[in-house]
Order: sequence, then structure tokens, then C-alpha cells
Amino acid sequence: MKKPRVLTTPLTDEAVASLRCGDRVRLSGVIYSARDTAHKRMIESLERGEELPFDPRGQVIYYMGPSPAPEGRPIGAAGPTTSGRMDAYAPRLYEAGIKATIGKGPRSEAVRSALRRHTGVYLAAIGGAGALLSRCIKEAEVIAYPDLGPEAVRRLVVERFPAVVACDAAGRDIYEIAARGERSS
Amino acid sequence: MESVSVIAAGDISQSVARLYRRISTQLRPDVREALERALGAERSEMARDALQSLIENDRISRTDGVPLCQDTGLAVVFARMGRRVMIEGGTLQEAVDEGVRRAVGEQPLRSSTVADPLRRDNVGDNTPAIVHLEQVEGAELELHLLAKGGGAENMSRIYMLNPSEGREGVIEAVVNTVRQGGASACPPLVIGVGIGGDFERAPALAKRAFLRDLRLRNPDRDLAELEAQILSRVNALGIGPQGFGGAATALAALVERAPCHIASLPVAVNLDCHSHRHGVVTLTGRSRPLGGGDE
Repeated sequence: MKKPRVLTTPLTDEAVASLRCGDRVRLSGVIYSARDTAHKRMIESLERGEELPFDPRGQVIYYMGPSPAPEGRPIGAAGPTTSGRMDAYAPRLYEAGIKATIGKGPRSEAVRSALRRHTGVYLAAIGGAGALLSRCIKEAEVIAYPDLGPEAVRRLVVERFPAVVACDAAGRDIYEIAARGERSS
Repeated sequence: MESVSVIAAGDISQSVARLYRRISTQLRPDVREALERALGAERSEMARDALQSLIENDRISRTDGVPLCQDTGLAVVFARMGRRVMIEGGTLQEAVDEGVRRAVGEQPLRSSTVADPLRRDNVGDNTPAIVHLEQVEGAELELHLLAKGGGAENMSRIYMLNPSEGREGVIEAVVNTVRQGGASACPPLVIGVGIGGDFERAPALAKRAFLRDLRLRNPDRDLAELEAQILSRVNALGIGPQGFGGAATALAALVERAPCHIASLPVAVNLDCHSHRHGVVTLTGRSRPLGGGDE
């Protein structure tokens, strides 16, 4: 197997365009966690012409709501949630400058088309590996919507966070390829 | 003379809290074995990588005291309560909820419950638990606890089939459910299937099917054969661990059935993720004579 690609945020168009579906990556730098309700609020902000809680250009959104941090650790279990629920919001955020989202499970055609249009990528992290992924998160700080508890937007500092390129900017999709592998029975 | 078994609500809470903590932070031996077996049979490197991460995740969870998954689920309890059991100091629901509250506060686990499905404010303590109560013979209280995550639950389905669709219809219903949502439900999956009953009994059966140890065969030979057929058809989908492609789309299919209406063939397909978190505790309480007369 090929060695993982090492990526540092913020991501450039060149870095994103060079990623191929099936590549393993190790991501370091600042990323932002947001899930269902936080997305709803961010999109409402954009519609009102207001700013997002962070400058989206070149940034990465992680679809994740952690369990509470045990004493002495920055965060609790921190694996990805199902990305499909954010499909309605993702194209608008790629348009605003987001370069990558991280989650689990397939994306809609609208999202994949936004990846092609805006040179974006969708990364899959291992769903259910919350303890393992927690170790890659070195700092965590709530920066918006604290009333949402686990769903608040967090600024995370990650080190060698493992993921797989699931949908690339050229339109390839790992889930579609897997589904085509269906054997006749 | 018959006696009753008196169980303190506080003992139930304590047992539930302990069990909830345990199932959230360590894989069951049967699940771990199933993952290791799947790894042995998997040829795709990407799939092997994912399975190895899940096995490693179990080790890290135990070492770091961090839950296996941030989605520590809704607490679902199947209670089998002996007809001679009496709970002192509260209802079963209250006692279970207090246990959940304690586990969430002390472990700590994530509160994944919103009070109102449309307003969506988090309750903060992950209550109420979903409690199914069945009365059985005896003087013991058996509590099965599942930590059921939202991702796999969202991809679960119920079908009201025509009786003419029969066995093949049931298999198709399961295969379609997994084909449509399996990749988002954290495969390799454990699949619970409930056949029969009515519109609400079938999904309860599907969920109750999860209580069986994966190493045990279905005692009903016909159902054991159906489970094997379902598993083979689902694994032919090629979805694989995490949906990256591979042989292990599901670790097991577990089927329960119940009598149903002459016009109906309800089939519920409940998906569970690879961590398949559940456990059981049995409480016996203090024995006290029943109807012992006035003192």
C-alpha cells in the first residue's frame, strides 16, 4: 500500500487537486468541528450576509461532536458522524472556501459536484474509532454556539489525523467504486 | 408459601451505571472475535486497515478511559422482570434513568438526547432511557442494556410486506436496507431482523435480536439457516468495512420472529455498528414472604 500523504492546514488548491480517491492522508494543523445544528446556523449566517465563526478559506470541517473530555485530556472520544446529514449545507460551504470535510459514509451528487467546481475534497475517517482518533487531537476549544453542547463549533489542533480520500476533486467516489464491486449471488 | 424479591431502586441505578460505563469503553469478547475473524478473511488493504483500527480502538479505549465512540448512544433497556420481583423506592424507569444520568456524569459519556425532536435542545443527562419491560416467571430482574448510536439507527427500516413475498421478500428487505444505508451505518454491521408481530412489534423484535451472543447459533434451525442466507447475501454487496469495499459488510445477522396477522408480513431491519455495545446484569434482591399476614 502507498505511504500516507502528509497534509497541513490550511489546504491549497494544488494540494487538494493532487489527492486521489483511495489515498490515505495524515492531516496536521487547525481544523473545525461542526455538525447538524451548527451547520444550520452557519448557513443562516451566510444567508444574512454575516461572517462565519471562522474564516473558511482553505479550512477543513470535521463532522464530529465529541464525548466530554476526561480529566487531563483535551477532548473525549472524537470520531466522525454521518456526513450525508450535512449534504444540504456542504456545497454552500465549499463555495465559501472550505477545502475539505471529514466524516463517514457517502455524499450526494450535489456535494460531489461542488468538489469538482470548487476544487474540494471529502475525507473519510474511521467511524467508531473515537478513542483512537481522540489521541490525534492535541487541543480543543469551543469557538461558537456553546449552547449546543457536543454540537458546538470547536477549533481543534490535530496531529497526523488519519483519513482516506473518499471523494476527490476529479469526481471519483470510493463508495461508488465499492458498490460496483457487488458480486452476483 | 411464595416469597417476593425486593430490589432497591438504588441498586438498579448502580448496576445500570456500571454496565453503561463498561459497554461504552470495551468491546465484548464475541464482537472482538468477530472483528478478528473478519480481518483474517479480508484481502483488501483498505478494509484490513479499517478493521485493524477498530481493534486498536478497543485497546486505546481501555487504556485511556475514553469511550470507544463519541456517540455513546441512547440507552435502551430490555428488562425481564420476574413476576415475584418488587422494586422499592421508585419505578423501573426512574431507577434506570438515574443509572444513565450517573454514567453520563461520571464516565463521562455524551448526552445524545434532545428533549423535543423538533426544538432539539439537548437534555444534558441523556435521559430518558428507552425501557422495554417483559414479565417472566421467577424472582430475578435481568437487565439488558444497549448503547444504540444514531448513525446505524437512522439507516434502519421497517417493511410491511405482502405474505406472498415470503422468505425471499424478507431477505430482499434486509439486502435493500444495507445497500441503501449500510455504508453510513459504520460497517461491518450487526443486523437485527424482526419478522412478524405488527407494526411496532417487528422493530422491537429486531432490536431484541441483538441480545444474543454472536458466538451462539440461533436455536431455531430454520432461522439459523435464514441468518446464514442473509449474511451471505449482504456480504456479497461488497460495501465492506467503512464502505471502502471488501468482504465484511456485516459480522452477523440475528433474526427473531413472532406470530402475526393473516394479512401481514412485517419485517424490521435494525442496523448496529461494529462496536455492537450491549451487556446484561441480573439482580436478585432480598427475599420477603408474600402475604405473610399482619404484624
